Amino acid sequence: MSAILADAAPILQIEDLSVSFDTAAGQVKAAENVSFVLHRGETLALVGETGCGKSVVASSIMQLLPGNAHIQGRAVYAGRDLLGLDEREMSRIRGSEIAIVFQNPSLALNPIIRVGDQVAEMLRVRKGAAAVEAMQKARDMLSGLGLQGEKKMRMYPFQFSGGMNQRVMIAASMILSPRIIIADEPSKGLDGALAKEVMAEMARIKNQSGASLLLITHDLNLARDISDRMAVMYCGEIVEIGRSEEIFNKPLHPYTAALLDCLPERGFQPIPGSSPSMINPPSGCKFLPRCPKGSERCNRMPGMATVEGMSTAFGSSESIGREVRCWLY
Amino acid sequence: MECCKKEGCGIECCNMEGRRTKRILMALCSAGSDLRAQKISLVGLLLFLSFVLMAVFSLQLAPYDPWIRFEPYLLPGGEHILGTNDLGNDILSELIYGTRVSLIVGFAAALLATITGTIVGLLAGYYRGMTDEILMGITDIFLMIPQIPLIIVIASFLRPSFWLVAILMGALWWTSTARVVRSKTLQVRENGFVQAARALGFSDFHIIFTDVLPNTIHVIAPKFLLSIASAMIAEASISFLGLGDPTMKSWGTMINFAFTRGGFINGYWWWYLTPGLCITLFVLCVVLMGFAWEEQEQEYRRLE
Repeated sequence: MSAILADAAPILQIEDLSVSFDTAAGQVKAAENVSFVLHRGETLALVGETGCGKSVVASSIMQLLPGNAHIQGRAVYAGRDLLGLDEREMSRIRGSEIAIVFQNPSLALNPIIRVGDQVAEMLRVRKGAAAVEAMQKARDMLSGLGLQGEKKMRMYPFQFSGGMNQRVMIAASMILSPRIIIADEPSKGLDGALAKEVMAEMARIKNQSGASLLLITHDLNLARDISDRMAVMYCGEIVEIGRSEEIFNKPLHPYTAALLDCLPERGFQPIPGSSPSMINPPSGCKFLPRCPKGSERCNRMPGMATVEGMSTAFGSSESIGREVRCWLY
Repeated sequence: MECCKKEGCGIECCNMEGRRTKRILMALCSAGSDLRAQKISLVGLLLFLSFVLMAVFSLQLAPYDPWIRFEPYLLPGGEHILGTNDLGNDILSELIYGTRVSLIVGFAAALLATITGTIVGLLAGYYRGMTDEILMGITDIFLMIPQIPLIIVIASFLRPSFWLVAILMGALWWTSTARVVRSKTLQVRENGFVQAARALGFSDFHIIFTDVLPNTIHVIAPKFLLSIASAMIAEASISFLGLGDPTMKSWGTMINFAFTRGGFINGYWWWYLTPGLCITLFVLCVVLMGFAWEEQEQEYRRLE
């Protein structure tokens, strides 16, 4: 899986992305200085607990945030900054070059349009394909995802289960062969076995088309199973980024370690305390109030530090090295 | 409760019994009301269809040409089932021909009003913000215009014609549809599938007309029926005031003729009673269907 990584070119570069929302309670800093690179053909998992800003990062790349959001930074795709594009240019990119698969698929499909039509609609409306041809392609796509038969094409989303709807959603998102797929909590609302199955099918189609996948999830095992690299987010910041197996085997950041200890097979230990306020976050390291290894210097903001020893051991280039936001390294 | 003490059974069992009875009663009640609503809407639908058939096949159904003169002031019965008027025109034929004119005016006005209102409501509800403010401001201004007096003034200045009346009413009656559609659109646009459609790169135009509009049809349709009713009443009042098209016979103009040509004073009741009844019946059936529809919609919402 990761063999393609070494010489892969970056396809999406997020640079210093900060997102904040104006609310009645004050300015909520949902993401701060988020930077990462998505390579061609790679699967990058963005993991973290609920409310850490994972989905905000995805939505801001797609320019799908509500009007009270302030976005700073750059998201460079194919030489263009996505954040600077207007709605018309953006809607041309959405779906055909960058697609997003939402959580809660049953709500993401129009309840009164047949599923076959909803998938074919992408080809008909976006690419001007003829109705018959579009239906044929939609049928192929859906049967590739395990929804065979004319009868299923003519059913409505409310007649489908969550897993079936998720497949329809994936088919609609991937039918135009986008180069980047963003999956926002695709396993939410699906049981474990089904989530794995759906994700495996998604990964298969992704590999066929050579697209990159940005997987947003709080399911660490899912992230480990299908991702090449992993970025751990805490309180709007990326605290650690690196190869998935490295992060799982040797977490460097205290938060990553604590998060992994929450897994049932690793002792089921909750992290003491709760996430800090996103309106008035701590001025230094945001994990300091809960960190077992905290010290005086942690009152200052740590930067992203590249940990050389780790990445060179695997013989990879600098761009996919291990980075940690902690004073310990 | 009494049974509990007597038989000495636990309160729990008694409660369960009571609850079950209550549940059965409630189910029966709701089934009854469903049935009643269905019956009422069925009656409305049958009436409505018979009026529509009358309008479509008026040439075949009318016993005579409504402009041919027979003996005037004939009482209902015999050769002229509903009698004749002062000129000797057969009232039944006039009524049947009038159905067509009245229905066309009502439908045209309601269609125009519903289309305008739907588009205004969809745009205001979908785009929100400034667009919403401006469109709803215009709606408020239109709501302030006294509609019937304005139609009277304009109709009296221009050559009276039913098309003019229909267009005028359509241009004035869209406001409540716009408001209802706007509020429904505000609701629908927050659904996941609208967001998903945006994320898949569909244009606003496409989203509004293929994702939002079909999900608001169930509030637009009863609104359309109710505006047919109000348009027909308005047409009848304008015609009664003598501002309608004198060269075409509608139910409203029939009453107007009866009024101006002495039908009311001399007690020729068959002349003005039947068109009045027709207007009332048609409005009633449309309103019944509209209400039944709205009620069903509310029932669904309760179930959700």
